[in-house]
Amino acid sequence: MGASLTRAAQWTTASSGTGKLEITPINESLLKEILSFVEQFSSRHPQEAKHVFKEPLQWSTTLVASDFKTDYDIRLSQEKDSEGHPLLQLSPPTIFARSFSQLSKLVQLANDKKLKEVRACLEGKDPVVKILGPNRTMNELKSTGCLLYFVFRHFHYREVRLSPAAVKNEVELLKHFCSEGEKRVLKSVRYTSDYEFSNGCRTPPWRQVHGDICYLVIEPCDTETLYITCSTAGVFLNGNAYERTSEMHKDLVTLLKSRSPHFAENINKQDFAVQEELPSTKKVQHVESVDAEEQGQPQRSYEHQEKNVHERARQQHTPNKPGGKTKLEPSPRWKSPGLMSPYEYVIIPLSGKIQKKMLRSDSKKKADFSVSSSPGRQSSQKTKTPVGVMLAEAFSESSSESEEDEEQPERRPESNTDLPSEYWQIQKLVRYLKRGNQTATVLVLCAMRDFNLVQETCQLAIRDEGGLEVLLNLLDTKEIRCKIGSLKILREISNNSQMRRAIADLCGLQSMVKSLDSLVKDLKALAAETIANVAKFRRARRTIRQYGGIMRLVKLLDIPDLATPTAEQERDVEVARCGVLALWSCSKSTRNKEAIRKAGGIPLLGRLLKLPHENMLIPVVGTLQECASERSCRIAIQTEGMIKDLVKTLSCDNQELQMHCASAIFKCAEDKQTRDLVRQYEGLQPLVLLLNKVDNKQLLAATTGAIWKCSISMENVAKFQEYNVLEILVNLLTGQPEEVLVNVVGALGECAQIPANRAIIRRCGGIQPLVNLLTRTNQALLVNVTKAVGAFFLPSFRLLWSLLKNPNVDVQSSAAWAICPCLENTKDAGEMLFYFVGGLELIVNLLKSTNKEVLASVCAVIAKIAKDEDNLAVITDHGVVPMLAKLTNTTDDRLRRHLAEAIAHCCMWGSNRASFGEAGAVAPLVRYLKSTDSSIHQATAHALLQLSKEPNNCITMHQNGVVKLLLGMMGSADEMFQEAAADCVFNIRRLALANDKASYGYPP
Amino acid sequence: MPTSLPEMSALNKKLTQTLAETISKQVKHFNKRETECLIRLCNGLLGDQTLVSIHNSKSLLLLVYLAVFHTFDKDSDGYISVKEWIEGLSVFLRGTLDEKIKYCFAVYDLNSDGYISREEMLQMLNDSMIREPTEEDPDEGIKDLVEITFKRMDYDHDGRLSYADFERAVREENLLLEAFGSCLPDAESTLVFEEQAFKDPPGQ
Repeated sequence: MGASLTRAAQWTTASSGTGKLEITPINESLLKEILSFVEQFSSRHPQEAKHVFKEPLQWSTTLVASDFKTDYDIRLSQEKDSEGHPLLQLSPPTIFARSFSQLSKLVQLANDKKLKEVRACLEGKDPVVKILGPNRTMNELKSTGCLLYFVFRHFHYREVRLSPAAVKNEVELLKHFCSEGEKRVLKSVRYTSDYEFSNGCRTPPWRQVHGDICYLVIEPCDTETLYITCSTAGVFLNGNAYERTSEMHKDLVTLLKSRSPHFAENINKQDFAVQEELPSTKKVQHVESVDAEEQGQPQRSYEHQEKNVHERARQQHTPNKPGGKTKLEPSPRWKSPGLMSPYEYVIIPLSGKIQKKMLRSDSKKKADFSVSSSPGRQSSQKTKTPVGVMLAEAFSESSSESEEDEEQPERRPESNTDLPSEYWQIQKLVRYLKRGNQTATVLVLCAMRDFNLVQETCQLAIRDEGGLEVLLNLLDTKEIRCKIGSLKILREISNNSQMRRAIADLCGLQSMVKSLDSLVKDLKALAAETIANVAKFRRARRTIRQYGGIMRLVKLLDIPDLATPTAEQERDVEVARCGVLALWSCSKSTRNKEAIRKAGGIPLLGRLLKLPHENMLIPVVGTLQECASERSCRIAIQTEGMIKDLVKTLSCDNQELQMHCASAIFKCAEDKQTRDLVRQYEGLQPLVLLLNKVDNKQLLAATTGAIWKCSISMENVAKFQEYNVLEILVNLLTGQPEEVLVNVVGALGECAQIPANRAIIRRCGGIQPLVNLLTRTNQALLVNVTKAVGAFFLPSFRLLWSLLKNPNVDVQSSAAWAICPCLENTKDAGEMLFYFVGGLELIVNLLKSTNKEVLASVCAVIAKIAKDEDNLAVITDHGVVPMLAKLTNTTDDRLRRHLAEAIAHCCMWGSNRASFGEAGAVAPLVRYLKSTDSSIHQATAHALLQLSKEPNNCITMHQNGVVKLLLGMMGSADEMFQEAAADCVFNIRRLALANDKASYGYPP
Repeated sequence: MPTSLPEMSALNKKLTQTLAETISKQVKHFNKRETECLIRLCNGLLGDQTLVSIHNSKSLLLLVYLAVFHTFDKDSDGYISVKEWIEGLSVFLRGTLDEKIKYCFAVYDLNSDGYISREEMLQMLNDSMIREPTEEDPDEGIKDLVEITFKRMDYDHDGRLSYADFERAVREENLLLEAFGSCLPDAESTLVFEEQAFKDPPGQ
């Protein structure tokens, strides 16, 4: 209610929130509208009416306790919400209501005070926020989705809005009146800003959010200069800081008339000109802007496009003046009792309505009804109502789901002379459709079916003449044959994505979903088939779910188990098939998968899976494999025993069906039990056989996927190897698309866990192509490749590690040396080490060795291990610091170098720097600098630099004459060394300075 | 021996059962019990009203309605006998597509000459469209529709719809079964009627 209500209703103060509603005709009619909406809400939307508001709506009521009848426990409703708050509470003069059903009852009680009550309620603080809560989370919106939808839909039509184009036109017009001489009506008209944004506004973006279009300075001839704000809600005088200081006017002329008597007097003389000029300039403007948008900026963002579409929709709206009629009346011939739709709110949304109006007025005004130049039709196709947009954002489904239904550009012949005769014939039939009773309607529908409805011209002809509205309206009547005829046409034309969107925009899905309840099988089947066609885009799928379509579709699948079906039962099977087709389309949305499962769809699909018909099996398995991306559905598939049937179907001879089967197994085999079942039902061999169909890439991707997931179980790997799967897979490592490669490599990675398989892969030449794949950029592929390559690498690493336990010192040292490059070259070396339980303790303990070579190699390993913070923490716990410190007195240059390196890296954790100092490692390290080996110098400089970050170490270093040594070596060619040495001296010097400052209070 | 409706009311229960036995053997789609129910229903109501009540008279054109009556009244004696009544209902409620095509064709063949002519079609569809007073010939729409439909259904191009034409058209597009006016009850009405008619009579 919020946005549009705030805009449309005329408040006495500028801001919404709290305020008084003015008593104006617009408000009066709005209030009546709201009143009847509230009154009928609980009967129309019983479900939504029970929804409990976040906070109660409260207002001062004129009702007293005696107004409440017996079913109210005076002042307290007996109905309570989950926390025990009463849904209606009266503590005079304030009343609290917590649901629409209570509001409905309340206004019924109020009798002649109805309007007063509604007014008081709306004047309360932020009614919408109270209904929905301040932070509208996804779930809350979901539960209130329908309600919101209706509320917003309801008030959407009420908007009276200005567009930038309309304002611009009016300003241009007013500028004409500024001419000198007798005809002068105004002194000047100017914008405050010359810059015009692409959307036509001239206000800063943060004001555009509030609806401001532009600010004007107008000098009338007779009064003071006027400062005017033009906003989408209307035109008003502004004061400081954008606030409104006058009442709202619908346009500039009205405002000026009220302010300037001179203007009012003279403008009437020019009225003719105004009337004449305004529409024509508008029209030209219009077409230009559309053209610019269509051709000029092909790469606009989606949002931007949407916005402009709205603008356009509004521009059309303004000249037509909204009539507020939202109902498309059926032909008067249909009005005989019993034939009228039981649903009184056959609402045709704004866009459709405008489109029709445009068409009518166009065709009446101009004999040459030029198709290509009418912007109305082109834009209206893309138009979503703001409600749609708002909901689309609020309900955005899982991120993985893309809007697969790309909008096709509309192809239209240049002028009407190019339109084939079919176009005009169909338009004629649509006109008959509007005039005929049910008998004539059926005949017209049959005649329309004789045209080639797949052809776009025919579809456009239907749409342009308003035929879609009529066809959809037929679905809301009781005439079965008309419904069937209409659906037969809708089913054909909904193969076009534009028509699909138009159908959804016209709320056609709601009517189709209702048709699923019919007793007539043909009707149900057709409705389901059409839904299957329309549900190719997300918004449509969501609509179907929200209107209970999933539940109804699932119900269609409930046919008895049939060995030999009769003719009648065959038709049930056909209905079920159409139902599955629709579910298949719907199941592409995450929430719908869950909805299908909750509606009990999975077991029913399982039953259909046993039927022999291929045309049934494809949608059934297709739906199952879509659903299988949800864990809950996978479990259902498995527990319903469908793996057996899926495996059986793998061996059919239809590649599409095989593909869906393999894909379903691919997804389901995430779970171990499923993998075992696939093996038990002997599904592994058929999978391997499918690998031969290398030309069908989709099938290959699904099959390799299934093999990958199945091979997570080692029993399956053994079985696969009986069919020589590795050889086949290695051959698939080259020349395949990435979606196949990901799965092939994944499968190889799993199989390579077994040593014998690694040997086979190596022997078939699998290593090189695997390594080559490491250069790819596809993330999923890289993950699998790394894992597969790792499978070859990890075992040898493990072996090396175990060799450290060998008592022979030569073995120990050479193993340690070998480990170093492994650690160096593996990306996740640190993580890998975690798999070697006790490995880190083992390496630290080797520091107790007396063998210089062992010590040096172990120090080298520790330097590498310590690069990983977690591992460093572990080895610190194992006491690496004192052990390294103890070694510092060595004179072996080779050991010294690796030791210094190890110390440098081990400094990075906790209080290790201080610990090294306390353990007496600093002084010996300084002496390393006197060595003649320059490689030692570098390592030592790094270690000293790290240690010098601890003040006590600096003192020790200073005492051992490190500064002099380092200064002497700074001339070294090695830049790394230079830098480390300089930083180290800097740290020592800074400490000395700080020390001096502390001792003497001033720098020396 | 045809038994006219007024005499029926005099028949007692025993006779009804015997009659039901006989008729159920001659008429398709109804078993003995159902036949009995229908006879009882026939006793309780005036025949014409029953027809109307099944039929949702609102949607039924008088012209077609009379034609329906004639179709029921096979021996054209101006009465619908019990047997005719039950035979008619069997098509009405449970007829196969073949039976329904025959029935509908008989209804639409207003002069019973075995063909539906353009004129008959125009006569039946005369009021099916609102006339557009602005047009030169307000009937143009309806004439055009008749022409389109006629061309569509007249497969042998002999300028009239034979039974074969009609049957073929309906088989190709089932919606054309009741092309020139509703003359069969819809699924819902059928269900409601059967539910009422075949429920066990009180006291049994």
